[in-house]
Amino acid sequence: MNVARYILQNHVQVLELTWEHLWLVGLSTVFAMLVGIPLGILIAHRARFSKPVLAGANIIQTIPSLALFGFLLPVPWLGERADRLAILALTFYALLPIIRNTYTGIKGVDPAVLEAGRGMGLNESQLLLQVELPLAVSVILSGVRVALVISVGLATIAAAIGAGGLGEFIFRGLAMVDNRVILAGAIPAAILALTADLIIGWLEKRLRPS
Amino acid sequence: MPITADEPPAIEFRNVFCRAGGREVLTDLNLQIARGETLILLGRSGSGKTTTLKLVNRLLEPLSGEIRVNGVSNQLDIIRLRRGIGYVIQEIGLFPHFTVQRNIGLVPRIEAWPEERIRARVQEMLQLVGLAPDVASRYPHQLSGGQRQRVGVARALAADPAILLMDEPFGALDPLTRDELQREFLALQRTLHKTVVFVTHDLHEALRLGTRIALMESGKLITVAAPHDFLRSTDPLASAYVRAFGDGLESALNRSTDDRGTS
Repeated sequence: MNVARYILQNHVQVLELTWEHLWLVGLSTVFAMLVGIPLGILIAHRARFSKPVLAGANIIQTIPSLALFGFLLPVPWLGERADRLAILALTFYALLPIIRNTYTGIKGVDPAVLEAGRGMGLNESQLLLQVELPLAVSVILSGVRVALVISVGLATIAAAIGAGGLGEFIFRGLAMVDNRVILAGAIPAAILALTADLIIGWLEKRLRPS
Repeated sequence: MPITADEPPAIEFRNVFCRAGGREVLTDLNLQIARGETLILLGRSGSGKTTTLKLVNRLLEPLSGEIRVNGVSNQLDIIRLRRGIGYVIQEIGLFPHFTVQRNIGLVPRIEAWPEERIRARVQEMLQLVGLAPDVASRYPHQLSGGQRQRVGVARALAADPAILLMDEPFGALDPLTRDELQREFLALQRTLHKTVVFVTHDLHEALRLGTRIALMESGKLITVAAPHDFLRSTDPLASAYVRAFGDGLESALNRSTDDRGTS
């Protein structure tokens, strides 16, 4: 098969771009978790923040990705390197599913369980770490899973601003009107998305409270 | 049980008012609970009995008035106060993601007991509430309702609190299991002498377990009486209760004295 041969012939570059892709997606997802999970926890506990935060994350989600990359281009330190810029943009997009699922997961903890914990003298951080987060972890992870799968697809567009990743093959293939080249980017990207989905799905099952 | 002059009551409510959701849920409550007694808060839903209970471990704060626990009112360290008070609610209060071992060892662990001592204590507690040692490694969802409730009691007793708050602990159980647990509760009380505040709407349970019964209605304390006197009370609400539960109440009393092993 032509595509397979093309990929094999260019396997060094395919691997290199896959690695770049993984880097963009992985780092941005980690950043999104670092911001999104605390935000989700905050809005689950302070109801008045929940509407503005969720609305904000929703609005970010509606900005077309190419436009967001463009908006961020003139920003001083960020605009200097395309990969920084791509990681920030991808972080923004990954926020919504992570914030929303953290919020939903924590809100879904049985109030009776919380009250029992509080009544026995657990303080707020003990309640969070020993009760709320463990009980919400599978819901939070399914948000991370959605974020990852979206990011893998979205990161292909980052090639348009020169951030690298598997999008390079796709854009190149589009320019050359060569499906083999497009697929050399698209197939590894799809495999990445499926693998991420499977791994997090497995984690989710393992960590789900019985 | 009479209140002795030299030591303060375990729990004391003085002119306590409480509001929740824009309405008064407790009006001018005055009540003393002596050390070692089992005080039953009896009343229908919304009568204020659970509110009264939660004021003791400060899950709720009063609008005005004073609640003294062991003679101390307004203890600043709420967390410390709560760790000294056992709390049992219906079976759903167990942590579903913890094994029985970790559920029972919860307060000892956050109090930083050594691991060895926690394990020994958990086994001791399991035995006390009549559960097999191997139950320790199971999760709450793998237990029957009665077993879960026993674990709830064991968890509340683990750090050896002097006071035990129980909010309809046996409410969701089938009659046979409930009967069993009530009998065990009396046996436990005979050896442990905790100060227990017990919420129920079941008069049978109240008569059987209580040393005194506090009847509540619409946020007010109507009457407090020992079980025998409650049955003969001339208070209209108390006698309405007695009528509603009909025959067989005397036998609940008799059973209770049999179980207590005293006259």
